[in-house]
Amino acid sequence: MGLRCGTFRENYAQDMAIFRTRLHWGVLFAFLIFLFTCPLFFSDRILTVMTMIGIAIISVHGLNILTGYCGQISIGHVGFMAVGAYTSAILTAKLGWSFWPALPCAGLVAGIAGLIFGLPSLKIKGFYLIMATIAAHFIIIWLILQLYNVTGGPDGLAVLKPKIGSFALNSKASYFYLVMAIACLATSLAINIVRTRAGRAFVAIRDNDLAAEVMGINLWSYKLQAFFIGCVYAGVAGALLVHYYGFASVDQFPFMDSVWYLGMLIVGGMGSTAGAIFGAVSLKLLDELVTIVGPVLSKIVAAQAAASLALITRGLVIILFLIFEPRGLGHRWGMIKAYFRLWPFSHEE
Amino acid sequence: MTFFLQLVVTGFALGMVYALVAIGLVIILKCSNVFNIAQGHFVLIGGYLGYTFLVLFGLPIWATLVMAVVVAIIMGLLIERLTLRPLVGQPELAVIMMTIALATVLEGLATLIWGGEYKTYHGVLPTVTLKLGEISVPPESLIGLIVSIAAVTILMLLFRYTKIGLAMRATAEDLQVVQSVGIRATTVYAASWVIACVVGVIGGILLGGVSGVMIPLAEIGLKAFAVVLLGGVNSIGGAIVAGIILGMLENVAAGYLDPLLPRGGLAQVFPFIVMIIVLFFKPYGLFGLVRIERI
Repeated sequence: MGLRCGTFRENYAQDMAIFRTRLHWGVLFAFLIFLFTCPLFFSDRILTVMTMIGIAIISVHGLNILTGYCGQISIGHVGFMAVGAYTSAILTAKLGWSFWPALPCAGLVAGIAGLIFGLPSLKIKGFYLIMATIAAHFIIIWLILQLYNVTGGPDGLAVLKPKIGSFALNSKASYFYLVMAIACLATSLAINIVRTRAGRAFVAIRDNDLAAEVMGINLWSYKLQAFFIGCVYAGVAGALLVHYYGFASVDQFPFMDSVWYLGMLIVGGMGSTAGAIFGAVSLKLLDELVTIVGPVLSKIVAAQAAASLALITRGLVIILFLIFEPRGLGHRWGMIKAYFRLWPFSHEE
Repeated sequence: MTFFLQLVVTGFALGMVYALVAIGLVIILKCSNVFNIAQGHFVLIGGYLGYTFLVLFGLPIWATLVMAVVVAIIMGLLIERLTLRPLVGQPELAVIMMTIALATVLEGLATLIWGGEYKTYHGVLPTVTLKLGEISVPPESLIGLIVSIAAVTILMLLFRYTKIGLAMRATAEDLQVVQSVGIRATTVYAASWVIACVVGVIGGILLGGVSGVMIPLAEIGLKAFAVVLLGGVNSIGGAIVAGIILGMLENVAAGYLDPLLPRGGLAQVFPFIVMIIVLFFKPYGLFGLVRIERI
């Protein structure tokens, strides 16, 4: 946590500020202005990719709070996204709600589902919890298929695009604005959640649960809080996903995507909000690259090359990061910043 | 009654298959405390290897087994040396993510090499279909039973009487103590992965001979986790008993409850429901040592 020379913290408010220097604020505003003028000079294809990245960022923030900060590993994250997605889909398509109250409801219901499946975390941890969350994913998807009167089962459910007044967010650009606004909000919330009392308790539980309990942290309550917060994020991301497609189907929530979200967390760096963003952006871009390269490769080499390329690159990226960069891109970014802070007079630590 | 008995017998067959996969899991777990999510993919690779050697190369069954075991040994050594060794001493999540990534890469390789299509070599392996009155015993159960019993006997002897087996058990117990008495932990890890690969590949060849091979075969690895949890994570005998119990329960429950459910498919989730229940009430399983950390 280095700061530029000559930056002093003279009172509590300065110490707690996230953006401390004029440069920080400048970069922030420049980035936000760039982000929200993107639709002016990018094609629909790029906007689609960016929208998907935004949704992934929201989802990975949730997983980061649950796994990166609280240390409760979940490989059922996509299952909770599905809960949020179907809640919103049912509320808007079957009950005729507007999108705006349905979105928080989606988060809330997914959070409650997270509480239910988070209950085993009170008794077990590590691998056992992983198995419980894998089970959660398959049970949720099965339940969605069972309740086909409400959810449409394997046929899926058509949902409407969100509307502001009479203006429907039909175009790619308008949906891009919606997702990015929510992603920015989710990011600032995530940064602040981990700075609260609860956030510090999460980190204590992750680092040593016994010590945390001895210090008076209520493990049961805080673990369930972590599950709730993580799954609320997942639910909101899931709802945004189905409203983007205009269609809800269990095929949008495959089990392997949960693994991929954990991969994003590893590539970006666990337990860092910037890391979650780095991971989501870099792996989504990698996915995009694979979809571009795949068809070319299948023409040159063999038809099955395209199908296997995605799997192999995904696996290899995670393997290489685990071995060579276990703290992720977020950590590397911090080191680069620290290096240039004193540049050209930097010294090796 | 015939319906019920038929369900039980078919369930028994399924249970033996689960047990076969679960044994591979338990071995790695006993030695290196790693939960290998890629175990189902070893089975998948085994099935495709069986297809390659039996059908494409036209080798006899004994040569196929020898060749497949050789490939499995190389695979196990490579996997341990390249992916797991660098992670010794890293947090549990890193190791588990590594096995998941490994599963993804193996699935990709299987798709690349064999096209991920349905391959079958039915009739190449000797299959026996028994009939007990009106109930037919599926051949999987006999093959699974024989191989499981053989594997268990060999492994139990290995863990009880041989030096490497004892070293494996000791490594699972305490890495530091093992190193201080001069046992090479890396050799032990390599041995455990080789054994798991061999068990998985042999299981894959047998399964492929009975029901054919395709990519979803690997999902059996996930279901086998329910078996391992029910049986107790460090008990090979427990894995077999739990495999049989779970296979029967799954079949009977699906047979009687599926008609009542609008969409059926209970067999797909039943192991996971059992898993949640076991984790809630008896996290150390039926035969496992009660030493899982309670928080």
